Amino acid sequence: MAEEDEGRQQPEEAGSHEPVADSTADRGAEKPVVPAPPPKKPASGAKPRGPQKEPWTDPLIEALEKTLPDQRVDSYTFLGLRHLVVRRERVTEVLRFLRSNPVEAFDFLSDETATHWPDDEEFEIVYVLFSFQTHNRVIVKTRVKEWESLDSATSVWPGADWLEREIYDMFGIRFEGHPNLKRILLPEDWVGFPLRKDYDIRLQDVEWVRKHLGIESGQKFYVGKAKHEDD
Amino acid sequence: MTTQEHTLFDSNEITVSMGPQHPSTHGVLQVKLKLDGERVMDAECVIGYLHRGVEKLGEHQTYGQFVPTLDRMDYIAAVSNCLGYCEAIEKMLEVEAPPRAQYVRVLLTELNRISSHLLWLGTHALDIGAMTVFLYCFREREEILKIFENYCGARLTTHVFRIGGLQYELYDGFEEQVRVFVKDFPSKVDEYETLLTENRIWLGRTRDVGVLTKQEAIDMGVTGPCLRASGVEWDIRKSNPYAAYADFDFDIPIGEKGDTYDRYLVRMEEMRQSTRIVSQAVEKIPDGPIRAKVGKIIKPPQGDVYHAIEAPKGELGYYVVSDASTQPYRVRVRPPSYVNLQALRQMVLGHMVADVVAVIGTLDIVLGEIDR
Repeated sequence: MAEEDEGRQQPEEAGSHEPVADSTADRGAEKPVVPAPPPKKPASGAKPRGPQKEPWTDPLIEALEKTLPDQRVDSYTFLGLRHLVVRRERVTEVLRFLRSNPVEAFDFLSDETATHWPDDEEFEIVYVLFSFQTHNRVIVKTRVKEWESLDSATSVWPGADWLEREIYDMFGIRFEGHPNLKRILLPEDWVGFPLRKDYDIRLQDVEWVRKHLGIESGQKFYVGKAKHEDD
Repeated sequence: MTTQEHTLFDSNEITVSMGPQHPSTHGVLQVKLKLDGERVMDAECVIGYLHRGVEKLGEHQTYGQFVPTLDRMDYIAAVSNCLGYCEAIEKMLEVEAPPRAQYVRVLLTELNRISSHLLWLGTHALDIGAMTVFLYCFREREEILKIFENYCGARLTTHVFRIGGLQYELYDGFEEQVRVFVKDFPSKVDEYETLLTENRIWLGRTRDVGVLTKQEAIDMGVTGPCLRASGVEWDIRKSNPYAAYADFDFDIPIGEKGDTYDRYLVRMEEMRQSTRIVSQAVEKIPDGPIRAKVGKIIKPPQGDVYHAIEAPKGELGYYVVSDASTQPYRVRVRPPSYVNLQALRQMVLGHMVADVVAVIGTLDIVLGEIDR
């Protein structure tokens, strides 16, 4: 809330919007000696806030709303990229729509990946699409609970095959309808999913040393207790 | 194997494991082939022998510390890896490298592209049986590596860029050394072409081998020279210019059929176009600072970004998620070789075993990048 108020002061039109005493005073007396700190303060305050999300609405979003109502959760532009957040249940239909819609066809799947958000017990699946006609990218995101599965995008782009296998390998997210969902980079008998946030980077070392050398690894004493340790 | 009726030789199909120690797999790739005589009935790639968990490592290092690790992914084109990541972080910080740094970035990246393509050409030709080309290619590649060595002290894993610009100012004589190289190099490409382009054996081994149609290539997510050889005119340097690429004239070569021969021609032409870019860039390197002001502690604001560049192998993308701390919350590398390699299966089906070697070569894979 406080951030928004500060942000509204910054633009040129702020004066006309709401005549806050401070901002008008600053504008009038920008050069003089004494009020030098006030203009500096919003600037330094603005820095950590950085780029802002801006709502994204255009004919593509309207067409999506018309074809697949209630699927869109959010759409915004951030750092010059368009992001579209959709519901999990019909994500392949959204992707198929984006691939073949007449407004702006995103016919190429650049990337598919995931991010783990353990606080929400969720994974965020990220699709990066590219359009050969307009040379634009759009990032489609959807959230999956840790115990849920997701429809596979291989029915839309066969090239999602290995990308989804890697996500399964690293995060353990199951894709329904995937032709060959098994580990790809790690050995078949690997335990755990390394890119989950609760998979400690030292786990492998600690276990290897214990199994093969019969001693406790020195690692954990330097860096604290590994999360998977019982003691 | 044990049953009397179906011994190995009675059955039509045998399974052959090619690699992971086979010299023509360019590293540690294993391809399980199901063969009917000499003909490939099915193929499956087994990868991961070189997996080092680069993405997990990124989450435990600061933004700056992580850069040298990325050089070890595609070690043939370390400069491109570095460029993509640095630009992604700059995008998050909303910082732009100064013009001088941008030009040097283009210069080094294009030199690296040439050296990557030279290594590809040498080993690809060697796989198919042309030894001479290999020696010629390494002769020219050496000149590029000398430039890198003079500039930053390393030949392969160079770590030339920093977030915000460059670490080192150009050395005395850099321009001259580059000029000498770009003056000679086009004639060297012609020399390779006299050895291969109309060579009957080369034509026999590469024409109509591993055909990838336009639609198949798009469906499989293939990028880079492999996609362009299938007739899609898409180069990120042109479509979404980054660094200083918008300032230079160059063409995008495309193929028609999408066979191994087309991919060979596309890459040969790309080397010429890269030489063009380098010769333009070296003449007008602007003066000025080489690094933008970036704090010693890099803390990008909360949010995520996807930034892709045209690496020698294809689209190299970085998806970085920041939680406003000094370490990335998540770094995802979209490795071009990894996605290109999954097209291998449909490219080799129905071909001879010897063609598998040609197709692996033409995909231009680097296992360090695939396995990460």
